[in-house]
Amino acid sequence: MTARELQHPQEITRHARTRRSRWGKLQRALRRGGPRLVRLIILPIALIALWEIFARLELINPIFFPMPSRIVAAAYQLLLDGELVRNIADSLRRIAIANVVAIGIAVPLGFLMGLYRPFEDIMDGLINLVRPIPPLAWIPLAIVWFGLGEVSVAFITLISAFFAILLNTIAGVRAVDKSLVRAALSLGATRRVLITKVVLPATLPSLFNGFRIALGVSWMSIVAAELIASSSGLGFMINYYRELLRPDLIFVGMLSIGIIGFLMDRGLQWIERRLLPWRVALEL
Amino acid sequence: MGIKVDIANVSKSYGDEDENNFVRALDDVSIQLQDGEFVSFLGPSGCGKSTLLHIIGGFERATRGEVRVNGTAIAGPGADRGVVFQDYALFPWLTVMENVTFGLKLKELPQRECREIAREFIALVGLAGFENSFPHQLSGGMRQRCALARSVANDPEVLLMDEPLAAIDALTRNSLQEEILKVCDARDGRTRKSVIYVTHSIEEAVFLSDRIVVMTPRPGRILEVIAVPFDRPRNDDTRLAPTFQLLAGEIWGILKSYVQPH
Repeated sequence: MTARELQHPQEITRHARTRRSRWGKLQRALRRGGPRLVRLIILPIALIALWEIFARLELINPIFFPMPSRIVAAAYQLLLDGELVRNIADSLRRIAIANVVAIGIAVPLGFLMGLYRPFEDIMDGLINLVRPIPPLAWIPLAIVWFGLGEVSVAFITLISAFFAILLNTIAGVRAVDKSLVRAALSLGATRRVLITKVVLPATLPSLFNGFRIALGVSWMSIVAAELIASSSGLGFMINYYRELLRPDLIFVGMLSIGIIGFLMDRGLQWIERRLLPWRVALEL
Repeated sequence: MGIKVDIANVSKSYGDEDENNFVRALDDVSIQLQDGEFVSFLGPSGCGKSTLLHIIGGFERATRGEVRVNGTAIAGPGADRGVVFQDYALFPWLTVMENVTFGLKLKELPQRECREIAREFIALVGLAGFENSFPHQLSGGMRQRCALARSVANDPEVLLMDEPLAAIDALTRNSLQEEILKVCDARDGRTRKSVIYVTHSIEEAVFLSDRIVVMTPRPGRILEVIAVPFDRPRNDDTRLAPTFQLLAGEIWGILKSYVQPH
């Protein structure tokens, strides 16, 4: 038997291939756990289905856990009358302003601190004293300084974004490959050329890291700031519907934050891949 | 012919003389490099050959002594001394073409001339067709070819190479050695490049050099300077010549006792 098989290897292969074509695809798909998309969404869908069933059977209190179908209906309603869009726009605007200002201050400051050791020493004490203060601890002071509303919320968001960007900028400037600096100097680079043509591009990956982290913490602090110091925005919205005892609308607000935060992060990643195609090499 | 690089009584030490961490990396090293000469510094690790190259490059200061290029004492890095690094040091955000034109643009040559010169050297190192590739898309050997083109295209007075082939696989290394000689050779009205080459490979030093400076460690000193008699161009036949093996064997005989067992 063995001898015969060895004499006809092609036959064996052909035999195996027909069997594989019949079952192979399904088997391999199951072994891998299905396509990636399926694996990504299977748990959320199962949870939502269970939730819906439990809520309909009144096994869980719909006051605390409104049915997913009701949340979707509520979201649709909120979208129709423009309230959801208006609140999202308010929050997004504040995040945009806060991050633009934070980038405008933190990036140049980070560069100066990363490049000039004496300047860093001067700044370091102050920054390390202020940095451990949670952004939320600034809310009372922000209200005293700027009153309730737009400026206070943007200020709180700015503070949280600022440090993420600053620290990543400094770390990025520090981490510039010494060989690249030497190579540039040996090709005739002056100090100005070195900073604009070498240190700046070499720092871009860390800058992007900083921006992504800043956006993430922006959402954390803006919701808290809007809970307290604002009469619009997603943070205000979820707190407002708590008072009206509408958990379905609270869920709508929370899910909006999750979805928008996710999309923004993905968007920034996409921009980064487009602007810094060479970065893949550094991640290897 | 004249003296291109004059290394005069260079010493380098780290730490304070009476402290435990005191290290004498280089001790009174003197040698002169003729115009168009290819000189290798060869020795086991710790012999200070890389330190010496860094001092010539202007990245480190000599504790005593000085280095003169064309009679002028060096102060810091500059475009008159092109450097090829072991880790290539290509700018990852620039394409091959942009890497090679980096130094040329700083000389404020017209854009077109930069590209012409760059294209010539890219072709010379065998990277024609890869002008628009990024370094991460190239193999190690191709990256070093690009770095070589970048340094030579900038037309420095002297080319400093710091173990440029140490991270390259053995097969690619042989062809790159020939490539280095070819690129540094006289061509189109340019004179032959003066090269200071640091390596710990005897064969490499013998194949490439006009003279080999054999160094010994702790403290880094010049033990012997050996003239290499082979004509140019050098190729695989050079490697096979009995005198090549004899010379390599002779240098190993000199160095053997200084290589510490691990």
